[in-house]
Amino acid sequence: MFVYILKRIVATIPVMVIVAVFVFLLLRLTPGDPAAILAGDSASPDQLERIRDRLGLNDPLIVQFMRWMGQLMRGDLGTSLISNTSVSGMLIDRLGPTINIALMTIVISVALAVPMGVIAAWRHRTWVDFLVMSFSVLGFSVPVFVIGYILIQIFAIELRWVPVQGYRAPSDGIGPFFSRAILPSLTLATIYIALIARMTRASMLEVLGEDYIRTARAKGVRENVVLFRHALRNAAVPILTIIGTGFALLISGVVVTESVFNIPGIGRLTVDAILARDYPVIQAMILLTAGIYVFVNLLVDVSYSFFDPRIRY
Amino acid sequence: MEFKSRDFSQAARVLKIRKLKVGLAGRPHAAPVLDGIDLDIRAGETHCLVGESGSGKSVTSLAVMGLLPKDALEVQGGLIALEGVEITAASASQMRALRARKIAMIFQEPMTALNPVLRVGEQIEEVLNMHTDLSQAEAKKRTLDMMDQVHLPDVERIYKAFPHQLSGGQRQRIMIAMALILDPDLLIADEPTTALDVTTQLQILKLIAEMQERQGTAVLFITHDMGVVAEIADTVSVMQQGRIVERAPIRDLLTDPKEDYTKKLLRAVPNLAPRVARAAATKRDVIAVQGLDMTYGGSGFFRKSEGVKAARDVNFTIKPGRTLGIVGESGSGKSTVARCIMRLIDPTAGKVTVAGTEIAQMARRQLQPHRKHFQIVFQDPYRSLNPRWTVARSLCEGPINFGTPRDEAMATAAELMELVDLPRDALDRYPHQFSGGQRQRIAIARAVAMKPDLLVADEAVSALDVSVQAQVLDLLDDIQDRFGVAMLFITHDLRVAAQICDEVLVMQKGLVVEHGPAAEVLSHPRHDYTRNLIEAAPGRHWDFANFRALDTAHPRQGATA
Repeated sequence: MFVYILKRIVATIPVMVIVAVFVFLLLRLTPGDPAAILAGDSASPDQLERIRDRLGLNDPLIVQFMRWMGQLMRGDLGTSLISNTSVSGMLIDRLGPTINIALMTIVISVALAVPMGVIAAWRHRTWVDFLVMSFSVLGFSVPVFVIGYILIQIFAIELRWVPVQGYRAPSDGIGPFFSRAILPSLTLATIYIALIARMTRASMLEVLGEDYIRTARAKGVRENVVLFRHALRNAAVPILTIIGTGFALLISGVVVTESVFNIPGIGRLTVDAILARDYPVIQAMILLTAGIYVFVNLLVDVSYSFFDPRIRY
Repeated sequence: MEFKSRDFSQAARVLKIRKLKVGLAGRPHAAPVLDGIDLDIRAGETHCLVGESGSGKSVTSLAVMGLLPKDALEVQGGLIALEGVEITAASASQMRALRARKIAMIFQEPMTALNPVLRVGEQIEEVLNMHTDLSQAEAKKRTLDMMDQVHLPDVERIYKAFPHQLSGGQRQRIMIAMALILDPDLLIADEPTTALDVTTQLQILKLIAEMQERQGTAVLFITHDMGVVAEIADTVSVMQQGRIVERAPIRDLLTDPKEDYTKKLLRAVPNLAPRVARAAATKRDVIAVQGLDMTYGGSGFFRKSEGVKAARDVNFTIKPGRTLGIVGESGSGKSTVARCIMRLIDPTAGKVTVAGTEIAQMARRQLQPHRKHFQIVFQDPYRSLNPRWTVARSLCEGPINFGTPRDEAMATAAELMELVDLPRDALDRYPHQFSGGQRQRIAIARAVAMKPDLLVADEAVSALDVSVQAQVLDLLDDIQDRFGVAMLFITHDLRVAAQICDEVLVMQKGLVVEHGPAAEVLSHPRHDYTRNLIEAAPGRHWDFANFRALDTAHPRQGATA
């Protein structure tokens, strides 16, 4: 098991290097000159040239790449072309809100979606099942910002239960954090609840037809035990997969939510960086997202064996 | 042969079923699945329910358990009384309380019947947790004690094992321990040994009998295997299309069956008397296998491992028009040999010469044109035909691949339908529109469409009812007569091997332990393993088809069988 995890970690290195190469090239090859943006519309060609030189944009691609990789190795993600501050510092500042909201989203999604899916499968083809499936279709089809505004309208403006926008770190008190994080999390969670509930239902439906479920019932086991002890663990692998993939996708999903709720997370940072062609920040963001994706996948793969003893590495 | 002949008229009645009618849920006027079943089982009695697939045996047992699939089937009339408690009127929680305490069930496939993600000990213990107030420690002690009673070795270790870490026989012992731990009055066993090897089957049948004797349990035993019935039954009920057509004590039923259907069922049971080998043609061999080895796994990336030697030094030849059977238990390597010959897997060493060409070491691309010389029929016709293809498409695909014009391939397909006794319009239909036996005929037609020199049948009749099995065996015989094809017949069933094989090769753990004419091997086995296999075959002394003991029918058999 330990050897397996070690092997998997080693195996992520080439993945990350390929991502790095891809990221580097993609941005250098797209049109748009950061020097021009930095200098403003009235800059002379001379000024532009000086800025390019200072930023190293005139060196051959391979030199720029090697320099960048060298910095990466040292954990230095470079300096923002726009704000002139360290990218790693910017990321750390902005990561907190995003991670907190993402985690809260996942907790809400799993806590609601898994029981929903289980009950829908158990009461297959009844109104309960129909209700869950309808919600699921709705959750898929309504855009994130629409849900966000509807929730704000109801809970912040009409009922005045929570503030409209903004963010407080949990270190400033759990109450203020929670009241501001709950709506964005619920907004984000809608689509994941839809996704996870659907997958749970499908996976459970399959498992509930298995012989060992009949055996459990033949033993006189209560239905809740049949569902959660006997069936759910067997249905876990596809559900875990979808939760893992969902979490990774979440990081990109926060962009819209953070704009709607005015949260200073990495979603907003990314949008700003792309609009300003702030290369170092964009590169760091893509690397970070790829890193999170790889890490979450590793976590999911390892967790399979926790639920299913037949999976051994 | 000895039959049970105990009298149960004085014993307490455990189960009483009257005029039970089960039909499709929500459709009271559709044809019922069970129609007027009457059944009585008394304490200590073993009542066998026999019949072909679809006759309603399993539905009967599920109705008694209250486990009919909710949205598919429902009880539409009649009564089921267990020790005087009316089951059809019981609430869900009353029914749960009866299960495991009064009535328990074991199933056909112990691998799928046990939860793969829970330790087997916990699964047994769960019964105690649900139905008793025992403390954790007491429950565990009682579980281990029960595991001991069903003769599981090293119970502390097995308690912690997961189902996939146990053998088929051990899994079924776990199931039995689980079913009997609360000493129920009625045990329902639904084909509990069908998925097991004959030697394991014998052990499990003995175990059930032993537990029954100890606890005085009534047993409702569902099976399609007349051999098993002959060994264990006190009373037999024969089911056909949702009705019980005949009920009698075992001896009466086997010696003097009243109903035509019962006679038909019994006549279809092949006996262990081997066929007389057909004259060996002097022509060259269709297939020659020399020193065939197959090792699975073997070289690991990080560490060298031994690998599993699934077949070691297998040698045989088959001449045109003759059949060689490979028999053995699961894991003996018989299917591995078949797959190596078909080059579905690549043998690690040895030569396979089919129709004059060495194919064992040939590159896959070069092998392609030779594949038409050897064709295979698999065990499960439900899965070996593409469900989204018409029969015609399945039948024509091979010949068209090998350059036959479409019209000609279609014409051949139509002829083949006649050969396998299916209507011509069957060509336009899909596999799910046929019964199991019909599907296997289609699978055979598909193989024969290639005009092969060698036909490999891998457990080709094992999934079929006996009467259908007999028909398919006849069909294979007929095809062999007509086309002179050589056949390699893989089976675990010695009766089937006795019916169809000229020669038999017995495998055990990858090794060939005995090889010779069927009459010789099955009548005078030399190897202990072969002898064990033959002795484990249930009802081997009985000639079912002629309603009498086999000894009188075939005196030559008496000495050995």
